[in-house]
Amino acid sequence: MTSADFSTVLPEFLLAVYAMAALLFGVWTGKDKVGPAILWATVAVLLVIGFWIGVGGSGARDAFGGLFLDDPFARFSKVAILFSAAAILAMSADYLVRRGLLRFEFPILVVLATIGMMMMVSAGDLMSLYLGLELMSLSLYVVAALRRDSERSSEAGLKYFVLGSLSSGLLLYGASLTYGFAGTTNFAGIISVVEAGHLPLGVLFGMVFMIAGLAFKVSAVPFHMWTPDVYEGSPTPVTAFFATAPKMAAMALIARLVYDAFGHVPSDWGQVLAIVAVASMFLGAVAGIGQKNIKRLMAYSSITHMGFALMGVLAGTEAGVSATLIYMSIYIAMNIGVFSFILAMERDGQPVTDISALNMLSKAEPLKALALLVLFFSLAGVPPMLGFFAKFAVIKAALFAGYTWVAVLGVVASVIAAFYYLRIVYYMYFGTETEALDSRMPAVQWVLLMASALVMVAGAMNLFGLEGAAQAAAAALVH
Amino acid sequence: MTVFAFYLFAVVAVVAGLMVVLSKNPVHSVLWLILTFLSASGLFVLLGAEFVAMLLIIVYVGAVAVLFLFVVMMLDVDFAALKGELVRYMPLGLLMGVIMLLMLGMGFGAWQSADGAQALHAAPTPEGVQNTEALGLLIYDKYIYLFQAAGLILLVAMIGAILLTLRHRTDIKRQNVLAQMHRDPAKSLELVDVKPGQGL
Repeated sequence: MTSADFSTVLPEFLLAVYAMAALLFGVWTGKDKVGPAILWATVAVLLVIGFWIGVGGSGARDAFGGLFLDDPFARFSKVAILFSAAAILAMSADYLVRRGLLRFEFPILVVLATIGMMMMVSAGDLMSLYLGLELMSLSLYVVAALRRDSERSSEAGLKYFVLGSLSSGLLLYGASLTYGFAGTTNFAGIISVVEAGHLPLGVLFGMVFMIAGLAFKVSAVPFHMWTPDVYEGSPTPVTAFFATAPKMAAMALIARLVYDAFGHVPSDWGQVLAIVAVASMFLGAVAGIGQKNIKRLMAYSSITHMGFALMGVLAGTEAGVSATLIYMSIYIAMNIGVFSFILAMERDGQPVTDISALNMLSKAEPLKALALLVLFFSLAGVPPMLGFFAKFAVIKAALFAGYTWVAVLGVVASVIAAFYYLRIVYYMYFGTETEALDSRMPAVQWVLLMASALVMVAGAMNLFGLEGAAQAAAAALVH
Repeated sequence: MTVFAFYLFAVVAVVAGLMVVLSKNPVHSVLWLILTFLSASGLFVLLGAEFVAMLLIIVYVGAVAVLFLFVVMMLDVDFAALKGELVRYMPLGLLMGVIMLLMLGMGFGAWQSADGAQALHAAPTPEGVQNTEALGLLIYDKYIYLFQAAGLILLVAMIGAILLTLRHRTDIKRQNVLAQMHRDPAKSLELVDVKPGQGL
């Protein structure tokens, strides 16, 4: 290991050292009593490293003989991952403390999962891809079962673990087929032996297996079955975490794999991703209609959104990748806002997840209802909210890449999905009077909810310069 | 001779692997699994990877398989009931399996490696370098990043196991050795003169 290699992985290294130091501190001192302290320290560390990566890095370099890549694409994804992990931790502190769930291991596992995600988006080799993925997944399996005296939470953890292992198996099988073909696991090596426009059958299977394994992680149809149950069963802060950072990491990893390793054969993976994207958009839109539980609804919502984000990847163009990155960033921002409200949904101090509890929220809490209205409009893709521009960008990219049918079906699916978002808005403003929710909402959650809603409105002007960063990131990936 | 040994080990590995899945008694399954590991380590010896072969026997046969055996014997799993469940999904599973087999047959039937693949394949043992030394150079030098990442994964597994299973019960009495040693007989005994007909 040379010092150049080391300085390239310095952010990951520092996070790992922090995680182990925090673990030692927690074990040696007050155990769960120091949980809040570790949580807030973790938030600060994640934010600092996020700023550092966002401001400091420049250019593209690799380390450890191509195992680890540090380029604008990786940095863009890492900043989104770190910030969203910090936001989720900050807003879950109150919920966890009040329910006695704030074990001091929770923030540490979130940090370890975050390191895994950073390794994923920086992977330049099938081996580092797999190890990053496993580090993330294993931490997520554990936090899904965090509420171990609840049957649902344990079920969520176990279900996620068993199905996740299956998807890892698929991924590894695909990786071994690819290795058998190319003789190397390095992305740069694979792309150098893949002939332009021609993929032999064996390696085609390998690629499809790997896409299937990764599609599981973004919960794209037909690998979505775990999502509603795991989202519903896990403690709400964990659900919020599932819906944001890991999705960004897995989506970036799919883009990294297909462009870096199979960039010469865009039509081969393009059609696979097109079917997955269309199926996700429709299943999420249709199956979400009957949902009464808001966490399950958000699960189906995330399935639909992943379909849209995949639409940018499958386009095979720079504009497509940049649209996906913008889509994912906006999706994360919307989810942070919505989940900071869901975390505060309580009646007599008990968490409520039933959608009908939102009836006539506009009367009791006009400001919060307005923020939610903006967020749900944005999730549905109603202009002029930011969500509309996100959808517009990916649909445009698919259209220009010649996937007209995918773009048209995407528009249809977004109209169907708009139904269940607008139904919530209908409940809030025109529903029947029911027992009101508690008005208590901790300041952090309130700030995040309002900030997220404000971003959805104000961002329509210039996207806060996100577009330039996303374009630079996409240019680094698409050759 | 080598070819004969290869086919012997390969056939035994495949048959034993099949028996792991097919045998009714789970303990027998584990024993078949051990046979699979043994024949796999034979294959490694043929490849010239003695160190990996020995690791397979020591770690997998010696530790992992024996642990499996313990777990299978200690868990009271009703395998008959599980089998019944299995029969329900058998037709669908069989269909998928057959489709998968056909697909892979197609894939391997038309198998071709990339032109440069043979050159890229790493040689199992470089000239004049011992097995262990070659592995050490790879694991602790070239792939140090992956090695450390694997270490982090194991750390997560450990944290997870403790987090999900360790319970600190507050309703039981624990022995406090220090407190016991520092007890003073003069303070812990009290003589009370109890009058007849009166309680304490």
